[in-house]
Amino acid sequence: MKRSLPLAMLLAFGLATAARAANEADYKAAYATAEAASKEAAGLRNQWTVTVSTLAAAKKAADGGDFDRATAAAREAEALAKASIFQAASEKEAWKAMEIR
Amino acid sequence: MASSIRVRATSNGDITEVQALIQHPMDTGLVKDPKGELIPAHYIQQLKFECNGKDVFVADWGTAVSKDPYVKFSFKGAKKGDDLKISWTDNKGASDTTTAKIA
Amino acid sequence: MKTRSALLLGSLSAALVAFALTSPRVVAADKVDPVADAKAFQNFFFQKFPDVKHEDFVNGPYSMNADMKRQWQEKEEFPPYEFALDAGKEMFATPFKNGKTYADCFPNGGVGIRQNYPYFDEKEGKVVTLELALNRCREANGEAPYSYVKDEMASLTAYMAFTSRGKPMDIKIPDDPRALAAFENGKRYFYTRRGQMNFSCASCHVQSPGERIRAEVLAPALGILNAMPIYRSEWSGMGTTSRRFVTCNSQTRAVPLEPQSDEYRDVEYFLSYVANGLPISGPGARP
Repeated sequence: MKRSLPLAMLLAFGLATAARAANEADYKAAYATAEAASKEAAGLRNQWTVTVSTLAAAKKAADGGDFDRATAAAREAEALAKASIFQAASEKEAWKAMEIR
Repeated sequence: MASSIRVRATSNGDITEVQALIQHPMDTGLVKDPKGELIPAHYIQQLKFECNGKDVFVADWGTAVSKDPYVKFSFKGAKKGDDLKISWTDNKGASDTTTAKIA
Repeated sequence: MKTRSALLLGSLSAALVAFALTSPRVVAADKVDPVADAKAFQNFFFQKFPDVKHEDFVNGPYSMNADMKRQWQEKEEFPPYEFALDAGKEMFATPFKNGKTYADCFPNGGVGIRQNYPYFDEKEGKVVTLELALNRCREANGEAPYSYVKDEMASLTAYMAFTSRGKPMDIKIPDDPRALAAFENGKRYFYTRRGQMNFSCASCHVQSPGERIRAEVLAPALGILNAMPIYRSEWSGMGTTSRRFVTCNSQTRAVPLEPQSDEYRDVEYFLSYVANGLPISGPGARP
């Protein structure tokens, strides 16, 4: 329940912005937040390969002038980075459940 | 540099069993290096095993054989102590030869 | 009446004994106890696979699958790591530009010592692996270090492992809080889930050894490093322990750490220590 609320917000947000075409400013903002999140994940030594490749895809799409796709990819990269940060935080204690004792 | 060919030939009554491992890149000419440039084809064209002056195994190979190829076969008509001569030549003209005693 | 009270007293004292036995265990769980950890780790595998001989665990997937084992035994008569082994032997004997050799850097001339690596260096306060020690040896003698993941490094470690075959893994944890911390950190790394696949090392190599992952049979974590370095048909070449860690990480879609980073050194320390007593079987051949 707790987690579905931000998810719903994210979905609503996604739908609202999808109504109009994204421009360069949208992309830059989305890319900046995604990059910050991915840096945080890297700092936790828990970067995912898909975060890196999705960020690169966002940049490539933006270089080609496709800001719709670039913005979407940047947001996806942000979500992936956030998920890896969540994983790193929850595994701080959760790994002990796997341990052979 | 040590020989590029490893052979083991064992006689078991009438039959001699041969195993060989050859160190060779066997590049197909279709693969690119990290810089994106094609690695030119480089492969063994002929592999030959001779025993007592007779060819016992001749293989004409192309690019479809793996890197560092391994071959195993058996033949009749040799005995312990006979020499087995193995040689290969590749498409760049390189070659190697070695001789093994049948054990 | 008398028997009843005696029974009651008996069960009470039994409960007390049980309590006394369990309570230190709870306390101990928070303390680093490598001896108990290694025992529990080995027992887990011995009980999970009662039919596998203890010393056979070091043969990875072949200890789990009879058909693969037959194929491998045939392959071992003519092993694919032979070229690397010969190259390693030659490299090991070739002096550096300054006339010294690898043998000068290692106890016993570097022969038959693989089972003592990685070790905890009390001066540095960190774990030192065989690969690290080899590159440090090169640098101390004015040579450029090798790549940690393949080729020359794998050939050298293949030769060193070969001279140590059959010797039981013998990793020591000195009475040093930093050594215990390194062990604990390696254990944490081993069990921590990472990557988009949300896999830990243990997800495959503790929970599912012997099971298939795509076309491959997973190796048990117990003794997995005893076979390093390995020739993998999938790589069509040799790979070191570092290479194994790096590819495992990227297969779970986690960005791998740099080879010989603290985490990798610690996890190698942990995995080697819990395999103490099992023979060195490297260099190995894997599909």
